[in-house]
Amino acid sequence: MAYDYEKSLRPGKLPHIWCPGCGHGIVMKGLLRAMDTCGLEKNNTALVSGIGCASRLPGYVDMCTLHTAHGRAAAFATGVKMARPEMNVIVMGGDGDGTAIGGNHFIHACRRNIDMTYVIMNNFIYGMTGGQFSPCTPTGDKASTTPYGNPDPTFDISKLAIGAGATFVARTTAFHATQIDKLIAEGIKHKGMAIIEVLDDCPTTYGRRNKFRSVVDMMKRLKDMAVPVTAAGKMTAEQLEGKILTGVLYKEDKPEYCEQYAKVIARAQGVK
Amino acid sequence: MSIEVIERYCKGCSICVEFCPKNVLEMDGFIVKVARPDDCIKCMQCELRCPDFAIKVHTD
Ligand SMILES: Cc1ncc(C[n+]2csc(CCOP(=O)(O)OP(=O)(O)O)c2C)c(N)n1
Ligand code: SF4
Ligand code: SF4
Ligand code: SF4
Ligand SMILES: [Mg+2]
Repeated sequence: MAYDYEKSLRPGKLPHIWCPGCGHGIVMKGLLRAMDTCGLEKNNTALVSGIGCASRLPGYVDMCTLHTAHGRAAAFATGVKMARPEMNVIVMGGDGDGTAIGGNHFIHACRRNIDMTYVIMNNFIYGMTGGQFSPCTPTGDKASTTPYGNPDPTFDISKLAIGAGATFVARTTAFHATQIDKLIAEGIKHKGMAIIEVLDDCPTTYGRRNKFRSVVDMMKRLKDMAVPVTAAGKMTAEQLEGKILTGVLYKEDKPEYCEQYAKVIARAQGVK
Repeated sequence: MSIEVIERYCKGCSICVEFCPKNVLEMDGFIVKVARPDDCIKCMQCELRCPDFAIKVHTD
């Protein structure tokens, strides 16, 4: 059966603004399937984003949506969740938004282990503004601001999230479409901060500058770089060279922030 | 069974054409065309990966 995506979209919004072959559309479809699987509805779900091509995503979806300032999605989402802890809060954003200008909000939301799901679409670049390098641009790659190759070391978003205290961390790619909704659904069900990193493609500002001439070249690269974390144990260091682990990378149970905060309120009010 | 292409949404990225395991689809200029519908095995890969909501595989 063809999946009915349009039932979850605001009417008249398609075609969307993303470029031909931009992976953000594939991620959006994964999100819609995941929300469906988890029974999320308009009145109990808020999608929050900052600024960027990735951050345009909530505008298409027929849910409560909040399009905020560049890098600030996690901060606004924290406010929503603390005011309305019964709501499902999902952040959708890009690598630039979440790890450059918003890096601080990102790590502190992870540290607090607040119960939300953060899907970070890592296309290795600032797509919207014309392809400036981001903290996730691979070392040596070309961006409009690094025409001779990027000298910077690169953030591994999933490792950053684990180190900062997120209690569910998973990774997939825009090529692995069915894994996107499975991991987002797991993240939604997890009580605590869930980070789902989706390695994504920006054929327009990253691919063309970096030898991935076509959309298909970019998709093949995502396909080739992914190694399921369950298979990696049997591989040699040589075989893992240049690969990126996918699947659920980390999961633990830890006290959730809103619940801890409710206890503080109860104590302050003298409730035993 | 039928494969529906919503031509108004298709941006001609050719992801669906490249990753169809049965070579059912073809580019016709900037729009995808269902060239060999009888070969389709309903794996849904094209529908799942189309970034533009432009291709639907109806299985009933
Ligand atoms: C305060 C502020 N600084 C800079 C910008 C310009 N700006 C808009 S989007 C963006 C980068 C977005 O990159 P990313 O989050 O990776 O999203 P993508 O476009 O790649 O999906 C920048 C720098 C802005 N809008 N606001
Ligand atoms: S510029 Fe890049 S990220 Fe933005 S819509 Fe185009 S392909 Fe997608
Ligand atoms: S459903 Fe599978 S076999 Fe049929 S056209 Fe799509 S990708 Fe090809
Ligand atoms: S994947 Fe979608 S947008 Fe791309 S060519 Fe196929 S139908 Fe058109
Ligand atoms: Mg980006």
